[in-house]
Parts: sequence; structure tokens; C-alpha cells
Amino acid sequence: MQNTAVKIQGLTKAFGANNVLRGIDLNLPKGRVTALMGANGAGKSTMVKVLCGVHTANAGTISLYGAPFKPTSPADAIRAGVVTVHQSINDGVVPDLDVASNLVLDELAQGHGFFMNKKKIRKQAQELAANIGLNVDIRKMVNELGLADRQLVAIARAMAQKPKLLILDEPTSSLSAKEAGQLFELLDRLRDQGVAILYISHKNSDIKRIADRIVTMRDGKISGLFEDAPLDYQGAVKAMLGRRMSEFSIDIPQVGHPVFQLEKLALLENSLPFSLTFCDGEIVVITGLVGSGKSELADVLNGQIRPTAGKMLLNGGVYAPKNQAEAIKAGVFRTPKDRATNAVIQGFDITKNITLPFTKKHAWAGFLNRWSEANTAKHTINELGIVCQHESDDIGSLSGGNQQKVMVGRWLAETSNLLILDEPFQGVDIQARRDIGEKIRNTAKNRATVVMVAEMDEAVEIADRIIVMVDHTVKGEHRNENLDLDAVLAQVAGASESEQLNAG
Amino acid sequence: MQVKVRKRSRLTPRELAIRYGFLVLMAGLLVFFSLASENFASPFSAVFIFQSVSITGILALGVTVTLIVDGFDLSIGSTATSALMLSSYVMVVWEMSAVWAVVFSLIMGAMVGLANGLLIVKMKVPDLLATLGMMFLLVGLQRIPTEGRSISTGMVMPDGRVTEGVFSPSFLYLGRNKFDFFIENLIPVSVVVLLVLGFIVWMFMELTRHGRLMYAIGSNEKAAELAGTNVNRYKILAYMISGVLASIGGILLAARLGRGDIASGNNLLLDSVAAALIGYAVLGAAKPNVFGTIIGALFIGILLQGLTMMNAPYYTQDFVKGTVLVVALVFTFALSRRGGAH
Repeated sequence: MQNTAVKIQGLTKAFGANNVLRGIDLNLPKGRVTALMGANGAGKSTMVKVLCGVHTANAGTISLYGAPFKPTSPADAIRAGVVTVHQSINDGVVPDLDVASNLVLDELAQGHGFFMNKKKIRKQAQELAANIGLNVDIRKMVNELGLADRQLVAIARAMAQKPKLLILDEPTSSLSAKEAGQLFELLDRLRDQGVAILYISHKNSDIKRIADRIVTMRDGKISGLFEDAPLDYQGAVKAMLGRRMSEFSIDIPQVGHPVFQLEKLALLENSLPFSLTFCDGEIVVITGLVGSGKSELADVLNGQIRPTAGKMLLNGGVYAPKNQAEAIKAGVFRTPKDRATNAVIQGFDITKNITLPFTKKHAWAGFLNRWSEANTAKHTINELGIVCQHESDDIGSLSGGNQQKVMVGRWLAETSNLLILDEPFQGVDIQARRDIGEKIRNTAKNRATVVMVAEMDEAVEIADRIIVMVDHTVKGEHRNENLDLDAVLAQVAGASESEQLNAG
Repeated sequence: MQVKVRKRSRLTPRELAIRYGFLVLMAGLLVFFSLASENFASPFSAVFIFQSVSITGILALGVTVTLIVDGFDLSIGSTATSALMLSSYVMVVWEMSAVWAVVFSLIMGAMVGLANGLLIVKMKVPDLLATLGMMFLLVGLQRIPTEGRSISTGMVMPDGRVTEGVFSPSFLYLGRNKFDFFIENLIPVSVVVLLVLGFIVWMFMELTRHGRLMYAIGSNEKAAELAGTNVNRYKILAYMISGVLASIGGILLAARLGRGDIASGNNLLLDSVAAALIGYAVLGAAKPNVFGTIIGALFIGILLQGLTMMNAPYYTQDFVKGTVLVVALVFTFALSRRGGAH
């Protein structure tokens, strides 16, 4: 009777006040590949983590072929038959062991007895490898294998658990086209064996090749289900990024003189060069899917990486920073994405977090002037409406939205030529998002502003101009006025057709 | 919104315990020892405590600085003994003045720190391993010039020469003179050095922007770098400060002993690391801090002096120190919950 392998009902998960999953209802049929799409922060990875036992759900049920499934740990999930292959390949293999040991690793870890029977391990591993058609010498050390083979070993290892549900998180992100082909053949075989597969990816080519259905998520809910062949990829992208009702309307100001120019800039060896100009007083949003080159562009703009070709001009002069410090000196500031890893200094109070990049301005002969620091902090707190008791509150005591305000305020405290905001609305509640957006727009004069966002409604709320990136180059430009969202989204999605370019 | 309401004036008993627990414990120990041993509460036992604590304390300051940038310096003990041997060698074998002995030792300390820093920053060797390697290297190196013998006037060198240089009085002054403070001959020079260095390092760490940035690196290196901090330079600086402080400790030890004793300084590393880690628990800081480190060193000194005066056998000392360290770490990480969790 059971064609549904996994049935998820009313699944919710919150971290503190932050509701990440708001009631997920989803069925995963056996012997089918379900592609899961969703922007950063839509809740994909949280859902996967609940399924593979890293997080426990707050409410809702999951059943596995009718039996309730409530894993308390990753090992528990694996035992029950839910196996996950994570994005970073080396999480799935032990590089210093041979392939055979890797394949039976879970059994070794759970097994009984003390001594290993090498012969038995070999035999078992050989069977496993043959079973899924893995064509690797099992006596080889894993660290001698290429990325693709490692990935296949990780999957083969997962298969040793005879999974009912196999979850793959962006498995092709570091594979070449040929290597990905191998992976897909393997997945075809698994599908025929009746395994339910949840395949997380945005790549159109992957989805076309392997997926039987597409599920999209946004804001912690399932926002679309596409099952009819041919799969409606563009529809899925729209369901994943599409626009909610937004009462915002933007008055596009007269733009000033060009502040920052990119001339025939190429981000990768084989990506197409492009030129862009950012003007004084203008807010330019750069949008695109994960892997479209947004992050690389941000990295190039502030000196984290070098472009492979082309040049940059700041106020007419050549701009080629070697590191963040030089970029800052030139007046190019950037608030990085993922504030927890890239921006917040835990253990510092609000003031110290705000003044971090500009301690020199608050110091005399190296000694800090606390009064001047506190003044800047108070000013920032007022300007951005940061909810706190005092400027000496610990940064960890603030909500995510307020922490993000501190991180943005840090770079608004001094005047910049070019301000880059990389996903400034990540993990931020709606009120904070409005506040930050408003602040950025109100202060936009006398600098050029570039904002990287994936979600279209965030883009529309803040942009004067929207630039779509695909395959590490610019695909289109749109003035944020009577915007044809469908056209923009089509461009964002249409995207991945030419993906072969950057494979390899 | 999960804005925690923080009461600035009133603390919960738990917070009180975390913040003042260790200081109360130390005061309790003082009272206990004063009652239990009649000679404990005297200026001279205080001097003894200060004297025993000062060199450990100076090294512990260095450990603290490296801990602040989320590093670790295991080579301080051997840097100190290398400075001890080098300064003795300069005076006894090369027959140079005390000034040169001090200068050479300080330069050596800075160079060791530079080497550590470069290994960690440029060669990407993990800090514990780099400084462990440096420790072995120095332990071996300091034995080579004298073929493993201690250095003193009149010793026979490997080439058959008999050394004629002496420890100059001004050098020995560093280790043996005591300043008058209400009572004659109360405060040893090394204690003054510790207090002065402690103050300087404290000022540097707490009041200057460089100290601020070093704390930022220790908390989130990536974020500090993205805010424009030259992370590598500050890390190297931290190890150089640590090396110089260790060599100062070594110079003071040489001045106290009056000979280049190859076997001295065995406990320096463990004691100073313990002092710095105990410092985490002082005032609920839950992070490396200069004030806490000095209190930590003092705490160990008081404990050992008290036990000695109560006739506890010497071989129990390490056990007692270890116990104190473990208790302090529990204070820091389990009670305050600030250790790992964000």
C-alpha cells in the first residue's frame, strides 16, 4: 500500500523567537527524486537537520512508511533509515582510511567485537561497491581520490545503511559535468531500487536530469509543488523567490556622478566579462541564485579575491585593493553575509562591536577614548532604532534583527564611497528589515550603494536598479519602476541553462 | 524579540557566585591559613608568597596575551630557561656586562616569539604544535654550548678553558635586592617588575585599540579581519610579547639563582598556564584577562605557602595546584555558561 516513504505533517521549529519552520506538510514518495529549492534562510537546511536528527522539531510529526520517526541523534536517524550526504564532501568520508574501511565505517562504529577482520571488511565493502556500481579500487586511500569519487564513496557508504530516504545537499556543487553524470547514474539505480531521494539544488541542469518533482520552500513553509512533466523550473523559481504583497514604492532619485566602475571584469577564468557603473546616491541591488557569482563579486569589490580580468575604477582612479584594510582605507565598506561567522564579535558589547573597524578614529596615541566611542554607539543606536537597554549591553543579548542593525550601523558610522551590503536581511525579522532598508535609503546620498540579495521582494523594497547575475556574469539590468517581476525572475532562473560553462 | 532584561544593579545569587566566588575563596583561604598557622599572617610570609609568585606571574602575563588572540604559547617555560642560560653565558663565558646579558636575552625572547608567530601565521602550523616544537628545540639548544652543564664561574668549558667571568653585582641585585616598605627589606625587585609589567600589559590590553583588536581576533578572527584588522600582524605581536615576557622571567630567575642552572624552571610552564587559566574565573570574566591572571598566580602562591606552613609535604603541591585549576575551569565553563555556547 505504501507509496509514500516519508510523510511530514505540521512540522515547526523555532530558534528562540525566530520561527524557522512554520508548519511543513510534505510527502516524499518512494522511488522518486524530489528536488527541494529555497532561498537562503527559507528553512531548507533546518528541515534537513530535523530529518537527519541534528535538531528536534518543536511540533509536528514525521512518519517513515507509516511508522513514527523521531530521531534523537544523527546515528538514530541513520539506524531508522534516513541517510544524509552533506554538501561538504569531506564530512562524509574519512580521508586517512582506505575506501573499504570508509564503506563499512558505520558498521565498524556500531559493531561489536574488538578486532577488525580485514578480510571480512574487504568482502563486505566489495559487495557494497558492486551493488551500487561504484568503480573505485577499494584498497585505495580516500585522500588519493578525486572529489567526485569521494562523493560517490560517501553515497555508497550511506547506501550500506539500506536507507529508506536519502538526502543529498547540493551534491554537484563541486563536481564537474562528467563527474555529476556519474553521480546521476548512481542515483538512477537507487531510484529503481525504490529509495526515496530528497535532492537539494538550484541547478536547472541537475533538476532537469534527475528530478521527478520539485518542492519549493520559502519563509519556513512549502510554497510550491511541481509534479507534472515537463517540470516547470521557472514556476518553481518564482514560487521560491516570488513577491509577497508589499506596500513599498520607491522614489528613484536623480543619480549623481559615477562613483565606481567595473570595466570588463571577469570573476572566473571562463566566465564572461561584464561592465557596471555605480553612481552617487544610487542603490543597486545585485540578485541571482546561489552560485551565480554574487558573493564572488562582493569579494572582488573589497579585495578578498582578485578578478581574473578587467579593472575597477573608484572616482576615476584605479582601485585594486589587496585586502579588506586597503578597501576600507579607500572608502569601500562591506557588511558581510552570515553575521554570526563573519561580523559579530561575541563577548563584546554593542559599543565595541560598532567601533571595531574605526578604533583609530576613537584613539589618541593608541589609547581609546571611551566617551567618543559611547557617543558614536548612542548615535547609531538612535539612528537605527536598536532595541537595547544601554550601549554597553552584550551583543549576545540582542535579537537577530538588532544584531544585524549593529552590524550595518558599524559601517554607517563613517562616510564611505561605496557601501556593499551582502545579504543584509538574512535572519532578520520584518520590522528590522524595514528599519535597515529605510536607513540605507535615507543615507544613500554621497555614496554608491550595492546590496546583494536573493529574495525578490527584498530587492524591490530597496533598489533603484536591479542587476541579475547568472553564471558569474551580468544577465540583465532593470530599473525598479513598473518592474516586470516575471521577466526578472525568468532571467534569474533562465540562468542555469548555460551552466556547462562553469562546470569543469 | 528576545531582548533579555538585564538588571544592572541586582545580581542573582548564581551571578554573584560566578563573579565573586573565586575572590571569596581566596579570602577564605587567607583567613583559614592565618588561623591554622600562627606564622602565616606575617609580612615575611607575604614576601615569600610574592617572591614565589612573581616569575610565574610574569610568564603567565605572556600566556594571557597569546590566549587573548585565541592562541597558546607552550614555549614560555623553555624561553625563560633559555634566557637564564643565555644571560649567564654572556656574563660568565663572554665576560660581558649585566646590560648586555639583559639585552641579549630580551632580543632572544623577541626572536623566539617572532619564530612562533611566523610558524603559526605563515606556515599554518597549529599554535599548540608550533610552540611545542619550539619548546623542545629550546630545551635542546640551551644545553649545547656547555655540553649540558650548568654555568658558573670557574667551570670548565668544552674546549678546556676555565671560565673567569662573574655575575655582576648589579645583575644579582635584580634577583636579590629587596626594597623597604614599612618594614626593611620587604619587597623583592621581581615583585616590582611583575607589578609594573602587569600594569603595562593591562593598559595595553584594556585601554588601547591594539588590545581591543586582539580581543576581537580571539573572539572571531574572520569578523576582525573583515573589519580591516591585520590579524597576522597582531598574532605575531602576541607571541613576541609572550617571548619577551618569558625572557624577563628567565633573567630574574638567573639573578636570583646566581648561576646558569640547567635544571631550574621545570615548573614554570605549568604554573604560569595554570595562573592564566585560573584568571578566567576571577570576577566572572570567562576570558583571558590580565587582572585575573595576576590573581590566579597569587592564589596559587597563597595556597602553596599556606600548605607549606601547615607542614603539608612538598609532593602534594602539584596535586593541589591541579585541583585548583580544575575547580577554576568548572567555575568558568560550567557555571557561567559563556564558555562555548553562543
